[in-house]
Amino acid sequence: MISVRNLVKTFGQVQAVADISFEVQAGEIFAFLGPNGAGKTTTIQMLTTLLRPTSGQITIDGLDPLSAKLEVRKRFGIVFQDPSLDGDLTGYENMELHGVLYHVPRKVRVERIEMLLKLFELWERRKAKVKLYSGGMKRRLEIARGFLHTPKILFLDEPTLGLDPQSRNQLWTHVRHLNQSEGVTVFLTTHYMDEAERVAQRIAIIDHGRIVAQGTSDELMLQTSTDSLEGAFLALTGTSIRDESAGAADHMRQMARMWTGGRR
Amino acid sequence: MNVIYILWLREVKKYLRSRPQILASLGQPIMYLLALGFGLGPVFQKSGQGNYIQFIAPGVIGMAVLFTSIFSGVGLLWDRQFGFLKETLVAPVPRLQIMVGRTLGGATIACIQGTLVLCVCIAVGFRPRWIELPVAFGFMLLIALVFAGLGTIIGSSLRDMQGFQLIMNFLVMPIFFLSGALFPLNNLPKALSIATKIDPLSYGIDGLRGALISQSHYGTMTNLTILAVVATCCLLLGAWAFSRIQV
Repeated sequence: MISVRNLVKTFGQVQAVADISFEVQAGEIFAFLGPNGAGKTTTIQMLTTLLRPTSGQITIDGLDPLSAKLEVRKRFGIVFQDPSLDGDLTGYENMELHGVLYHVPRKVRVERIEMLLKLFELWERRKAKVKLYSGGMKRRLEIARGFLHTPKILFLDEPTLGLDPQSRNQLWTHVRHLNQSEGVTVFLTTHYMDEAERVAQRIAIIDHGRIVAQGTSDELMLQTSTDSLEGAFLALTGTSIRDESAGAADHMRQMARMWTGGRR
Repeated sequence: MNVIYILWLREVKKYLRSRPQILASLGQPIMYLLALGFGLGPVFQKSGQGNYIQFIAPGVIGMAVLFTSIFSGVGLLWDRQFGFLKETLVAPVPRLQIMVGRTLGGATIACIQGTLVLCVCIAVGFRPRWIELPVAFGFMLLIALVFAGLGTIIGSSLRDMQGFQLIMNFLVMPIFFLSGALFPLNNLPKALSIATKIDPLSYGIDGLRGALISQSHYGTMTNLTILAVVATCCLLLGAWAFSRIQV
């Protein structure tokens, strides 16, 4: 379903993704594990047509995201790592806009929005502007929105960041349900080993823009002769803490917070 | 079609929900209208040019439309900042539709803003020719489209807010001051005359003047043609720039 060969992305001097190759089969749940700044999000951005690769080849459902952008976009859904909601619109309006953008027919849209907002306990606050939501609510809305249409491939970029255990549970239950009943291929990134271990059928560990190991969690443990995925992860990526350099968007967000007095 | 509509609706809703912002953006044109209109009125009258309020009103209406439409385009930067832009960029719809929806939304609110300023002008003593009001609205829309397009080009090419002041001081303000919004276009020094001819807003404001107080320097047909051509160019370039955005 997803096939990546010798993918490279450089930003100036920095090599964010350095020659990675992997395959994700149709109907598989595939996890990308890696420390901060390992190149997880950059890879997802290239897979989802948001960024042009420096070199290398990507095929999504047999299509090249560079030449068949629109066709590729029709095949996936994504939950971003960082916020992507419109704060001036209400929760319901954000869902509706998404539904229209993804051509969900009106009747289905209305039903699914209600179902999802109730599932993620946002129904009561659907008429409030999103900028008045708490951090956790915003995150839940992003995830609910990601489930509004049923794509062939679902990208989840650190979806559980900032979620409480209840919502986390809902999320994974729903992901597994989609995977089993609709055969949705899932590509996820996470920091949480237990999640990857529980949900993903296959795991790739990425560090400094390179894939250092891939396989099932048992294979990874065997390979590193450790008894937990976390142990395997640390054995492969070392114990030093990474710094992620802030991008332009982060700088702007910081400035905006200053300007708006932190209201948004 | 639905996609264009929902993105148009988003712009309009956001505008209507930010009442303080509506008032704030009325402030500047009104300041020009009142301070310059009444302040320079006597001088203008003495030099035999007639009533300055009558003259400057189309100028400040054009100003309101210019500012609102260019900022709506630059609003792309805010969407990038708050992340919403990504949501529209990965959507399975042609980017052209997204751009058209946004731009039409921006043009619509610019026209609403222009109409509000027109009402204020009337309240302080401006007397337009009612019969050609539809023509005036036509010109407002054209101005709005030109600068919503230009705003989109700018918003697509800037990465963050740092370039914003630069755009404001070296593009938006000159466009306004060199448009003849505040002074008549005849008997200008050569350099200024050339600058006003390059400035697309000057045709818009001249068109508004032609419609509202039947005083036109270039003539309505010239204004219309030039604005339509510039609007088409800006929108096409805007669509191209928007289609190339990366996150």
